[in-house]
Amino acid sequence: MKHSKASASQYTGGRLAAFGNWIDDRFPMSKMWREHVSEYYAPKNFNFWYYFGVLSMVVLVIQIVTGIFLTMNYKPSSAEAFASVEYIMRDVEWGWLIRYMHSTGASMFFIVVYLHMFRGLMYGSFKKPRELLWVFGMLIYVALMAEAFMGYLLPWGQMSYWGAQVIVSLFGAIPVVGEGLAEWIRGDFYISDITLNRFFALHVVAVPLVLIMLVVAHILALHEVGSNNPDGVDIKKLKDEDGIPLDGIAFHPYYTTKDLVGITVFLAIFAAIIFFAPEMGGYFLEHANFEPADPLKTPEHIAPVWYFTPFYAILRAIPNKLGGVVLMGMAIVVLFLLPWLDKCSVRSIRYRSTTFKVALFSFAISFVALGWLGLQKPTSTYTWLSRFFTLVYFAFFILMPFYTRNEKTKPVPDRVTYHG
Amino acid sequence: MSEQGVDLGRRRFLTVATAVTGGVGVALVATPFMASMKPSARAQALGAAVNIDISKLEAGAMLKAEWRGKAIYVVKRTPSELQRITKLGATELRDPNSEEPQQPAYARNEFRSIKDDILVLVAVCTHLGCAPEFRPEVAPEDLGSDWSGGFFCACHGSKFDLAGRVFKGVPAPLNLPVPPHRYLADTVILIGDDTGSQA
Amino acid sequence: MVNRLTLLFVILLAMPAGAIAAGGSQTLMHANNDLTNTASLRRGARNYVNYCQGCHSASFVRYNQLAKDLQLSESQMLENLMFTGDRIFDTMTIAMPADEASAWFGRTPPDLSLTGRSRGADWLYTYLMTFYVDEKSPVGSNNLALPGASMPHVLWELQGLQRAVFRDELDDGGNVHKVFEDFEPVTQGSLTPREYEQFVRDIVNFLAYIGEPVQLKRRAMGGWVLAFLLVFFVLALLLKKEYWSDVR
Repeated sequence: MKHSKASASQYTGGRLAAFGNWIDDRFPMSKMWREHVSEYYAPKNFNFWYYFGVLSMVVLVIQIVTGIFLTMNYKPSSAEAFASVEYIMRDVEWGWLIRYMHSTGASMFFIVVYLHMFRGLMYGSFKKPRELLWVFGMLIYVALMAEAFMGYLLPWGQMSYWGAQVIVSLFGAIPVVGEGLAEWIRGDFYISDITLNRFFALHVVAVPLVLIMLVVAHILALHEVGSNNPDGVDIKKLKDEDGIPLDGIAFHPYYTTKDLVGITVFLAIFAAIIFFAPEMGGYFLEHANFEPADPLKTPEHIAPVWYFTPFYAILRAIPNKLGGVVLMGMAIVVLFLLPWLDKCSVRSIRYRSTTFKVALFSFAISFVALGWLGLQKPTSTYTWLSRFFTLVYFAFFILMPFYTRNEKTKPVPDRVTYHG
Repeated sequence: MSEQGVDLGRRRFLTVATAVTGGVGVALVATPFMASMKPSARAQALGAAVNIDISKLEAGAMLKAEWRGKAIYVVKRTPSELQRITKLGATELRDPNSEEPQQPAYARNEFRSIKDDILVLVAVCTHLGCAPEFRPEVAPEDLGSDWSGGFFCACHGSKFDLAGRVFKGVPAPLNLPVPPHRYLADTVILIGDDTGSQA
Repeated sequence: MVNRLTLLFVILLAMPAGAIAAGGSQTLMHANNDLTNTASLRRGARNYVNYCQGCHSASFVRYNQLAKDLQLSESQMLENLMFTGDRIFDTMTIAMPADEASAWFGRTPPDLSLTGRSRGADWLYTYLMTFYVDEKSPVGSNNLALPGASMPHVLWELQGLQRAVFRDELDDGGNVHKVFEDFEPVTQGSLTPREYEQFVRDIVNFLAYIGEPVQLKRRAMGGWVLAFLLVFFVLALLLKKEYWSDVR
C-alpha cells in the first residue's frame, strides 16, 4: 500500500491551496488532519465491535443538536414543564421528531456505550498502555449517567418525578451528611420546581461541557497510544521503512468509509425506532411518564429507565439502605479499577484461558440478568436471583487478580489475523 | 497492496455520489429543525385575528387594541379632521398618495381607511419601532403652530398626519402601516384577517 | 386495593374467549380500535364531545389539528364538535373550575389528552365496558378496571345498568377472594350491546388518536426515511468496498 504523500501536497489548485497555506501558517489545520485522520494508522482487522466508538460520537452529536432545539421550547418550571413537552410534541412544527430523536438517542447512547465497553473487556483494551484511556471512558460513562438521570426529570411526568425522588434519596443513606446532602442536591425538602430548574441547568450546560471535554481527552489518549484490535496485537512493533505499522491502515479513507457504512445501518435502526416504536414498548418512554408529576401519588410500580436497572437491582438486593447504596457505588468503582485487577498480559479473549472466557461470559449474563431483574417487581424469588447475580458481578472483579495471575494463555501472533 | 488496478474513476464517482446523497440527507434532516423555529400552532393561535368593538368610540377619539404584540390604534376622525387631511399634499408629506406598500389595497386611498372616518393603524413608528402618540389637537405648544393634528413619535421626533402619513424632514421613512382588517358588523372590526373583503 | 390476580380472573372470566388477550400480563379486553378509520375517529370525537367533555378537558388538543386530521371543515367543526364558543385554533379546554369539580367528584376529572398513551386503548375500552351497579360506592357504581372509580357510569343510559356477580374463592393461604364471574343486566340500555361496544370503541379510538396526533403521519414517513437510508447504505457500502480493495 502506498501511503499517501498526498497529505503533503494536500492543497492542489491555485487559490484554495493558497488559502489552505495561509491557514496552516496560523493554525495547525492540515497537521491535525494528518495526525488524527489521514495518517492515524489503525489496525486493519477491526471487526463489528469496533463500530460502537464512532456510533457513540454520532449519538452525542444527535443529542447535542436535538437538545439545543428542545431547549428553545422547553420550560424548566414545575408548572409548565410537562405542558411544554406536549407543546413540543403537538404545537411546534416537527417538534415530535426532535423530541423522539432525543428520547431515543438517550437509550441508544447507553446501548452503544455498553457494547463499546464490552468490546474493551473482550479485547483487553483497558490494559497497559491504555489504562488512562479506559479511565477517561469510565468518566464519560459516569457523566453520561448523570446527564441521563437529570434529563429524565425534565419531562416532569410521574416516572421523572419518582425516579428522581428515589435516586436522590440514595444520597440520604450516607451516614451523618446524607440528609443534608440530599437536601443540597434538591435545593428543597422534596423534588420541586427548584430541583427541576437546577437539573435543567446541569443537563443542558454543565454536564454536556464535561462530556465533550472528556470525549476529547478520550480520543487524544487513544491517538497517543494507538487503537487496540481484536487480536490484542501491538501493531506498532512491526513497521515498514516509512515507519508505518505493517498491520496499520490510514483512518481516512479506510475507516471513514467503513464507519460510514456502520453509521448508516445504525441510523436505519434509530429511524425505525423513532418512526415506528418511539416508546419501545415502554422501555424508552415509560407509559406512566405521560401523566404529569404528582408529589402526592406514587405510581404503582417504579422502575428506573432500563439503562440504570442493573445497578438498581444491586441496590435492591441488599436488605440495608446504606449497604445497598455502597454496593451500587462499588459496582461502578470496580469498573475503574479493571486495568489493575487483570494481571494477565495477554489482551484479547482470543488467546486467553477458558477460565477467563467463562468469567467474562458469566459477568455479561449477570449484567443483563440484573438489568432485567431491576425492571421487575421485587418478589422474594427475584430478590434472591438479584443477590446471586450481584455476587457473580462482584466475583468477576474481586477474583480477577487470582484467576488471571497464572492464566494459561495461547500464543499471541505477531501479526493481526482475520477470523470472525 | 498496491495501487495497481485501482479504478480511480469509479472511486471518484462513488465518492461524489455518496457525498451528494449524504448532503441531500443532511439537508433533509436540517429542514425539520429549521421549520421548528417557525411560529408554532400556539403562536399562530395567539396571533390570530382580534375583534374590536368601536360602538363606543366617539368622533375625535382614539382607542387602543393589541394584535400580535403590537398596539393597534383605531381613530374616529371628525369631518374637520378629514378636511385637514385633504389639505396636506406633496409639499409636506413624503408619500401623500400611499404609494409605498404600507397598507392593504382597500386602504390605499385619500384617508387610508375602509370607511372615511375610521382609521386603523399599527402603532409602530416606521423609524425605529417606538409607539407614536395620538396628538389630535391643532397647534399645541410643543409641536408648533403648523401642527394640524396627527401622530408624534417622542423617541426621535417623527411626525405623521391624521391618516398616518409621514411628514417630510423627520427620521421616519414611511407612512404608519394599516393592518389587514375588515368589518364584521357596522361597529365591529376584525384585525388581522381580511379574507373576502377586497373593498 | 385490588388483588391483581383477582383482576386477572375477573377479566378472564368476564369476557368471551375471543375478546381476551393471550399472554400472561394482558388482563384487559381488546379495544380493536383502528386509527386509520377516519369515520370511527369522527364518531369518537362526537361521542367524546357529547359525553366526556362536560367534565374532562383535553387541553393539549387543538380543534384545528382535529379538523385537519379528521378531514373536517371549519364549519363542520363548529356545527358538530364545538359548542362552547371556542375558536378553531383553541384547545379543548372546559369551563368547569377544577376546585368545583373536585368538590363534586372527590377529585378533579383528569385531562384526557394523554390518557390514551398513559393507560392504553385496551384499558380505556375495558374501563368503559365494565361499570357495574354498586350500592356501597358513593357514586352508585364501580368498575372492574379501576375499582373505586370516582367517575359515575356516565354512559349508563346507553349501555344499561349491569350487576357484577362475584364468587368467593379460597387461595392457598386460606384467604377468601372475591372473584368476578359475570355481569347480569339490570336495565336495558338504549343501545344494543353491539352498538354500545362500537360506541365505546369509537371513543377509545379518538382518545388513542389525541394521545399522539402525529402517530399516523410518523409511521407513513418512516418508510421513506428507511428507503433513503437504504440507498445511502448501498452507496456507502460500494465506496467502502472500493477503497478496501487496497487492503489485504
